[in-house]
Amino acid sequence: MESEYKLLSGAMVTLALATATLVVVPYMQLSDVPPPEGLKPYTEAQLRGREVYIANGCVYCHSQQPRSQSQAPDFQRGWGRAPVAGDYYYDHPHLLGTMRTGPDLFNIGARQPSVDWNLGHLYEPRAYVPGSTMPAFPFLFKLKDKADADDKVVNVPPSYAPSGQVIVATPQALDLVEYLIGLDHTYPVKPNAALR
Amino acid sequence: MDTVTILLLTFILSVTGLGIFIWSLRRNMFDENPEAAGVIFSTGEIGHIEDPSATAAQKAGLQKTVADSGTAVVDPSLAGQLKVELAERLEADQSTAFVVFTFLCCAIVWLVLASVFGLISSIKLHDPEFLTQYAWLTFGRTRTLHLNMVAYGWAPMAAFGVAIWTLPRLLKTHLYGGRFAILGCMLWNAGLIAGLGSIAAGINDGLEWLEIPWQVSVLIVLGGALIALPLVFTLQNRKVDHLYVSIWYMGAALFWFPVLYLVGKIPGVHFGVEQATMNWWFGHNVLGLYYTPIALASVYYFLPKIIGRPIQSYNLSLIGFWALAFFYGQVGGHHLVGGPVPHWLITLSIVQSMMMIVPVLAFSVNQHLTMRGNFRTMVYSPTLRFIVLGAMMYTLSSVQGSFEALRSVSTVAHFTHFTVAHAHLGLYGFFSLVMFGAMYFVMPRVMSWEWPHPKLIVLHFWLVVTGFGIYFVTLSIGGWLQGLAMLDASRPFMDSVRVTIPYLEGRSVGGAIMTLGHLVFAVHFALMALRYGPSRVGPALLHGKRQPVVQAAVGA
Repeated sequence: MESEYKLLSGAMVTLALATATLVVVPYMQLSDVPPPEGLKPYTEAQLRGREVYIANGCVYCHSQQPRSQSQAPDFQRGWGRAPVAGDYYYDHPHLLGTMRTGPDLFNIGARQPSVDWNLGHLYEPRAYVPGSTMPAFPFLFKLKDKADADDKVVNVPPSYAPSGQVIVATPQALDLVEYLIGLDHTYPVKPNAALR
Repeated sequence: MDTVTILLLTFILSVTGLGIFIWSLRRNMFDENPEAAGVIFSTGEIGHIEDPSATAAQKAGLQKTVADSGTAVVDPSLAGQLKVELAERLEADQSTAFVVFTFLCCAIVWLVLASVFGLISSIKLHDPEFLTQYAWLTFGRTRTLHLNMVAYGWAPMAAFGVAIWTLPRLLKTHLYGGRFAILGCMLWNAGLIAGLGSIAAGINDGLEWLEIPWQVSVLIVLGGALIALPLVFTLQNRKVDHLYVSIWYMGAALFWFPVLYLVGKIPGVHFGVEQATMNWWFGHNVLGLYYTPIALASVYYFLPKIIGRPIQSYNLSLIGFWALAFFYGQVGGHHLVGGPVPHWLITLSIVQSMMMIVPVLAFSVNQHLTMRGNFRTMVYSPTLRFIVLGAMMYTLSSVQGSFEALRSVSTVAHFTHFTVAHAHLGLYGFFSLVMFGAMYFVMPRVMSWEWPHPKLIVLHFWLVVTGFGIYFVTLSIGGWLQGLAMLDASRPFMDSVRVTIPYLEGRSVGGAIMTLGHLVFAVHFALMALRYGPSRVGPALLHGKRQPVVQAAVGA
């Protein structure tokens, strides 16, 4: 080929085709998908918790998209039904995830609704799940000699507790747990909600 | 989406494809055109080897192998003209020296930093209590820092450096607008440093591959646009009629990337599941339409250049280019197999992933036929060793990727470390190895100085090849077992975690050896930049007391 203009316009046409199929058409198709009736918008605390989730890269090990029963035993594991596009109506940015170094969290709020369990698990995952490879998040907690009146004290199994000190959850840890226990998509969706 | 719309879209696509095909036939683009393949050689240069990274003995061996194979014959009557043109080329090489040096220095720094963060992240996966006290060292951030240092540091800096160096050679002219590239490089790196700082501090946009906050990304977009300017200026001042296939790949890639990044980073447009499809449209295209074309362009230039023999079938390379441009852009949806996205999109991406076998085979067959009878040259040419191995890894990773997109394979491999191993086969086994090779070729020309210790090149090669071999094999096996464990409803989820541990440890060992290789490379690079060791190719600027021995013109 002798003309750089033809080369570059050809290259731009192929990219435009790709953009049309993977970005523009999905945009048009998905822009009027309504949220399911059972889905509630995030609260302020949950949105703050979602930011903590993003800041610490939870998405790199946890997906939020159980697979259908025909593909994988996700439902039997208690991770929930296959999601539909509307389930992500309030998600900016999306956190679908691509790895399952840890389990899917689409319905973690239904599986582990306890604030205390979640806080303790963030402080030291191996105290609750032997063999877990999840990092501990000590920087989301403070060690104090004595808890103040409005402190949320975290109780971990005695062998993991610091001697003579109490573990107090920071606001970030509380927000994150608020977000996690809010992840509950167990409401029913219309059977035809999946997109062809 | 209903059936009528799909049919209509398919119809439009097919007609467009047919139109392009007819147009290309009318433009005689599929005709035999051996002159076009020879455009990277000076008059009478075919049959002469070129590898600035080789020692005198290696060069002699290289030349002898090529001469013995009889695949490219020197025409002695053109020797006079060749001498003139080689002198011109040496001058053209000088015009890029400073710009290329700047980019490659940045590349080396990011390579070393990225390796360190990759290693830290790898260790954390099997030793979760390692470095947990500080937020910026938590796995979710070190992993992201590693990815961004590779994706926006090492890879583009090396790619820009090599692309800018090859441009004047392919267009037989000087580099025009090098100042813009330097400015662009500064803006880009400033943006990258600010972006990495944000990620470490916990501020990011939350999308894989697009973590750098968009407010900071503006710098990278501006920098990228400035870096593309020399391409435009140099193209305008070219002295060749035919644009060699490397120019196609580089030119397209340098224009594709800013568009990709801009669309990906526009704030406030993307939402929910649509954002996920955009995310993987970007994530896969940054590999397929940016790193891959630049590395392919390098292979298409350096491989024939080193063995002094034009590419076997020039037309095959053109088919490869357009097939890549068409199919690669649409494969991203295979990252969402089984996800809550429209089914037609997944199917389209799977089909296009399989179609990628076409350009991959076009490339592989072509390179193989060019090398045929000349494989012994790899013994003598340090550059070729990296480049040929890298090109083979391209075939391997692409074919693997095509099959990984199939629903049956994806069901096991998706969500596991198998995908991570595959991604590294592409970006490391292919892209990085080719860039190592290209840098070994380019740097002696840039510095007018030989690589001071040829043994360090050998050491670098074997460290990264061994390290990466361990990395890829262990992680692939571990990932596959992880996927099988996850699919077995009778086994608890924790089985899929435990089964990976020995393989993740193996990956850390491989990664550590790779990092060691990179350190060897970085030290060697620094020694050369500071002009230690004997020079045999050009004038000495530092260490003036040593007398350089200037070699004979051909192949120098």
